[in-house]
Amino acid sequence: MRLLQCVVLLLVAITAPGVVLSRDPKCQVVTLSFYGLICALMFFIFQAPDVALSQITIGAVMLPLMILLTLTKMRRQNLRREQEKKRR
Amino acid sequence: MSSRQRTTLFLIAVAGLAPLFAWGFRNLPPMGDYRGPYGYAVTQVAVYERHATDVVNAINYDYRGFDTLGEEFILFASILGVLLLFRPSGDDHKGKKQAQVEDALPVSDTLRVGMQAMAGTMVIFGLYIAAHGQLTPGGGFQGGVILATVPLVVYLSGDVKTFEAIVSNPLTKLAECGGAGGYAIIGALAMLGGAHFLTNFLPLGQTGDLFSSGTIAVISVTVGVEVTGGFLVLMRSYLREIIEERLQGEE
Repeated sequence: MRLLQCVVLLLVAITAPGVVLSRDPKCQVVTLSFYGLICALMFFIFQAPDVALSQITIGAVMLPLMILLTLTKMRRQNLRREQEKKRR
Repeated sequence: MSSRQRTTLFLIAVAGLAPLFAWGFRNLPPMGDYRGPYGYAVTQVAVYERHATDVVNAINYDYRGFDTLGEEFILFASILGVLLLFRPSGDDHKGKKQAQVEDALPVSDTLRVGMQAMAGTMVIFGLYIAAHGQLTPGGGFQGGVILATVPLVVYLSGDVKTFEAIVSNPLTKLAECGGAGGYAIIGALAMLGGAHFLTNFLPLGQTGDLFSSGTIAVISVTVGVEVTGGFLVLMRSYLREIIEERLQGEE
């Protein structure tokens, strides 16, 4: 059990800088989702299954989704602005 | 600010923070050390008092139900905020026809079949998690989020029409409002009987049964309804333009 806890803490320590160091927002969404999953695994191993379930649904699914949707929205807004500029 | 300047600033900040961090770690209690008497007391009496085997939800929806009511309305308010930000403005409608942006991707057969098979399973799983909050880990919030992701799976399978039919259904709004209000109403119902707000007034039933633990199960399901409705409304506001363009393209 101790070993498992150490391994998962190490994984969290590795993936967290991974999220920060990925520069492209789209890549960051994927790394963030992965980090969320690892966090959920950590909660599970530390015997908090309720928190782990919330973390999977929010940290690994909903948060990346919201960021992705916002990025899409921004990209489309920029595209539209460019199109309007061309028209003028 | 250049990359080099930023790195320098970062290193200075680290040099300041690292000793403080190490200092803070020095007197940390060992792992698993818990000194509050309240936690021990609740885990001792929860199953006996509330007939709920998942003590976490017994705490969330009963012992500190008032806090959870506040959290519920934080979610409600933040969803309202997003809706307000993304409301269709006059400019959007003017430029809609001319501003068609092509980003429809053809869906592969693998994705379509896989996602369609997943949708049904996810509905069952979400309902299970939402309904069994008082017995096993999970509960309304988690189950609601799982249920809310089902339409997205439908969207991924390329079936935009069905997705639009689900998320634009007026029931989603009703679910959001009704779920949020329902929590407060259940709490207020207890006051009609002369008890305090959010008192567990329903029969507690047999420990381990699906219909047990009184208001805990009911509130958990209510929260599930609110969360499902809230996230569906949220998704619609994000994807509205894209959906409209796609549906126009299909016609």
